Amino acid sequence: MRLFAAILATCWSLLVHGADDVPLIAAASDLQTALREVAQAFQSDTGQKVEIVFGSSGNMAAQIRQGAPFQMFLSADEKYVLDLAKAGLTRDEGRLYALGRIVLFVPNHSSLKADEQLAGLRSALENSQVERFAIANPSHAPYGRAAREALQKARLWEPLQPKLILGENVSQAAQFATSANASGGIVAYSLALTPAMTKVGRYVLIRQDWHAPLRQRMVLTKKAGPGAEAFYSFLQQDKARAILARNGFAMPQESR
Amino acid sequence: MDWQALRLSLLLAVATTVLLLPVSIFAGRWMAESSFRGKILLEAAIATPLVLPPTVIGYYLLVGMGAHSPLGAGFSELFGRPLVFNFSGLLIASVLVNLPFAIQPAQRAFESIPQDVRDAAQCCGMSFWRSLWAVDLPLAWPGVLTGLTLSFAHTLGEFGVVLMVGGAIPGETKTVSIAIYDQVQSLNFEGAGSMSLLLLLISLGLLVFVNLLGRYAGRLHAYRNV
Repeated sequence: MRLFAAILATCWSLLVHGADDVPLIAAASDLQTALREVAQAFQSDTGQKVEIVFGSSGNMAAQIRQGAPFQMFLSADEKYVLDLAKAGLTRDEGRLYALGRIVLFVPNHSSLKADEQLAGLRSALENSQVERFAIANPSHAPYGRAAREALQKARLWEPLQPKLILGENVSQAAQFATSANASGGIVAYSLALTPAMTKVGRYVLIRQDWHAPLRQRMVLTKKAGPGAEAFYSFLQQDKARAILARNGFAMPQESR
Repeated sequence: MDWQALRLSLLLAVATTVLLLPVSIFAGRWMAESSFRGKILLEAAIATPLVLPPTVIGYYLLVGMGAHSPLGAGFSELFGRPLVFNFSGLLIASVLVNLPFAIQPAQRAFESIPQDVRDAAQCCGMSFWRSLWAVDLPLAWPGVLTGLTLSFAHTLGEFGVVLMVGGAIPGETKTVSIAIYDQVQSLNFEGAGSMSLLLLLISLGLLVFVNLLGRYAGRLHAYRNV
């Protein structure tokens, strides 16, 4: 009985304790490396901290609708931000902060030739040397959509159908692409640059005009405080943009 | 290693189990003894978390307890903070999802008590509480314990519901299974592997401990009745 009371008391104290003043920020999974680095630079410049939660943009948009305490939201797909803005949950329509890029990734064990025109993939397909090919699910993952567009552009989408394995998001597609059964995959440039990927394979960038731009948009929610505001403007400065560019994102010319 | 997440998971599992203890005893006993129209429907409703994908349950709970629902709106009116995306919301979701794990084994155990034993207790003029304490529980406790053990273990590993209702906020809703998923998402398989191993060892250890406890207590019980 006493144990019961003690546990209830603990739960109660957790229930009533207020949120501390470190702003909570929701960010798309493809920003894992880059945004951590930006947050570090932000902290050493201003002495302020931010707490970043990474996840799928669609999930986090649904959570913001239900009152999640995120003060800022960096989406991999601008659609989610614009929808939230329409629903009146954000300050404004936010800013474009980066353009995602995709690469053809080939693991070390695969004989696939990685080239910009995807000619190696084509000839491997013709000689039925492709085992499995990983992309993110194009029905809801923005990087999957871009991968499908690029493959359609190269007229490889149809012949590749029986070989495709779909990741729930681009991160899972990357895991699939590195697995022993895969001949390769199309993943985010930002992921291909991480040590976990560079160790196990090689990549080649896919031309930006082969797919609709992956417009990544960030926005301050109605819950934003001064800390989140400062981080938001820091992300628009050259220092942060350089970090993003170094980690595999293209910088948008316009920001609206 | 994310100790904060591990601590949070253990706290959630303990709190869920403690809250489910009275639920499993009273609901289990009541379900075992009563028969009424719609009982089958109620049993099926309690079992739904076993069938539905956890992310789907999580989504319904998120909407059901979210800012626009009467429940969520009332809670944030009272406490000035939303019900979901914090530990209390996670705990409520966890209790709901674990209802079948806690109730069903207890119910089966209470059902297996012979009717004449119950009748005898009533003939002796035992009150509800006294017969629960002196007759029913000594006979049915292995079922109750099994249910609670299952709930505890299930909560430690719960993923989909926590992902949807929690929001992965460190120290508040980022449990160890979410932390492991995070590591995998950032392609840090070593970190994920070591955390998974630790979780596995802790769960195994706890389950072995509970089973040993059950066996020991069972022997004690047998001696007393000789």
